[in-house]
Amino acid sequence: MLEVTGLSKSFGGLKAVDGASLTVNAGEIVGLIGPNGAGKTTLFAAIAGFHKPDGGRIAFEGNDITGLPPHKICAAGMVRTFQITQPFAKITVRENIMVGAYLATSDRRAAAAKAEAVAAQVGMADQLDQRGADLTVAARKRLELARALATGPRLLLLDEVMAGLNPTEIVEIIQIIQAIRASGVTILLIEHVMQAVTSLAERLYVLNQGRMIAEGTPAAIAENTMVVEAYLGHGAAKVLRA
Amino acid sequence: MSSRVKMLLAIGFLAALAYPLVVPNYLVTVGMLMFFAAFIGQSWNIAGGFAGQTSFGHAVFFGVGAYTSTILHVSYGWNPWLAWPVAMAAGAVVGWVIAVLSFRAGLRGSYFALITLAFAEVFRILANSVPFTHGGLGMLIRADIRPANFQFGNAIWPYYVAFALCLVSLFIAWRLTQSRFGARLVAIRENEDAARALGIDVFAEKVKVLMLSGAMCAAGGTFYAQKYLYIDPNIAFGIDKSVEMLLVAMVGGAGTIFGPLIGAVALTGINELTRWAAAVIPALKNVQPLSLIVYGIMLILIVARLPDGLMSLFGRPSSKAKPRHA
Repeated sequence: MLEVTGLSKSFGGLKAVDGASLTVNAGEIVGLIGPNGAGKTTLFAAIAGFHKPDGGRIAFEGNDITGLPPHKICAAGMVRTFQITQPFAKITVRENIMVGAYLATSDRRAAAAKAEAVAAQVGMADQLDQRGADLTVAARKRLELARALATGPRLLLLDEVMAGLNPTEIVEIIQIIQAIRASGVTILLIEHVMQAVTSLAERLYVLNQGRMIAEGTPAAIAENTMVVEAYLGHGAAKVLRA
Repeated sequence: MSSRVKMLLAIGFLAALAYPLVVPNYLVTVGMLMFFAAFIGQSWNIAGGFAGQTSFGHAVFFGVGAYTSTILHVSYGWNPWLAWPVAMAAGAVVGWVIAVLSFRAGLRGSYFALITLAFAEVFRILANSVPFTHGGLGMLIRADIRPANFQFGNAIWPYYVAFALCLVSLFIAWRLTQSRFGARLVAIRENEDAARALGIDVFAEKVKVLMLSGAMCAAGGTFYAQKYLYIDPNIAFGIDKSVEMLLVAMVGGAGTIFGPLIGAVALTGINELTRWAAAVIPALKNVQPLSLIVYGIMLILIVARLPDGLMSLFGRPSSKAKPRHA
């Protein structure tokens, strides 16, 4: 469904992403993990059209989308959320979600109905009239999810939707994400909360210093020497096994 | 809309219709100025308030409208009513040019505001120097008082034309709050990156809104020229007009339907009151122009105490709702 090959992106002299490749198949939940500063968000931004890649190719459902602007990529059926939540502060949750819903319809009533349905899906049905600025962190994360979902995507790119949430809230959002997948949306997610990633994703990619260093099931990744060392430092794997 | 609001609107509408029939001519003209300020303020509000594209140089559209119709009328013998839509089209074209140039270059916020200011200044200087605007002499429209000629012999008809313009602008603003285009403009104002991620072609929408705003403002320029039968580069492209539009919308409430109208009522009222005070109170005679000083104080108070303008005094209950823990 999504095929990224040899993607590179530099900022000045810094190679934020260096020849990274990944594949997401329809119906999967795929995780992208890596230490802080590994280039995960840059990779995401490049896939979603926010950065023009310096090299490599991105194909979505067989079509080359490399270098397309975000709104075209969104219209093609792939939408991203932001790690730092970006609610439209001065308007209500309903109006926030309607902005997403307006991608598919220009009719106000249809957009409002869609917004309400999506709000129910992410558990925000009783917050529809609150302003974006008045939401808690957990609600903002859900709103990010809801707005993206309202555009009717086939592939959802989630950037750390669990960061900053308490354990109860994490359990709730995991259930929501699983329900979204069950409704037929494929998901690629960046996550720091390891427990959450391993319970959600079938496959993981590990990015370190801009390079993809490993790929596999969560269990295999946890055993991978390179991954452990990327996180904990050189020699750590030996210590852990001892 | 609640039935109480509808009642108030209906009463206001009827009162505005009857107003020029019962007050002296001077007050009719004050009413005309008020609705006119509300109209051009709304043209600013649509770009600056709804879409968040703050402009310091909206006079560029006003002046282009005024000069387009006046040149067509004076130099080419067009009927001003026919020249009016052409003036609006010219305003839209200038809006397109400014939008494409500045948004292609990625200018946002204060950089965009500065570039609009620069455009207005460039047009002012051009109008001062090219032959077809008659330079700094300005352009005089020959008095030929016939409604068919867009010239009215009394104060009442300009009042009704200004009132109609204001109603049209209110309708456009109301449509924006009900439409996808308007929702997208608000999204762009609130957060451009999020808007792009949600499939909005931010560039195209911003170009569209500047064309709409430019066309409306240009319509105001033609009205002004036909009312006063004289324009020159400073009147048409001067910073005063830009500030007036911005002030009217900001004081009333940027990004709201009735903000510019309420701002226009407040500012026109202050303008007349201070003129009256300066004439009556001897101590104020040398404090000129008094209205600008009061405007300044008012703007400071609004920015400090009521950042959403006078409209926020009428309360939006949902905006005050306390956050609930999710």
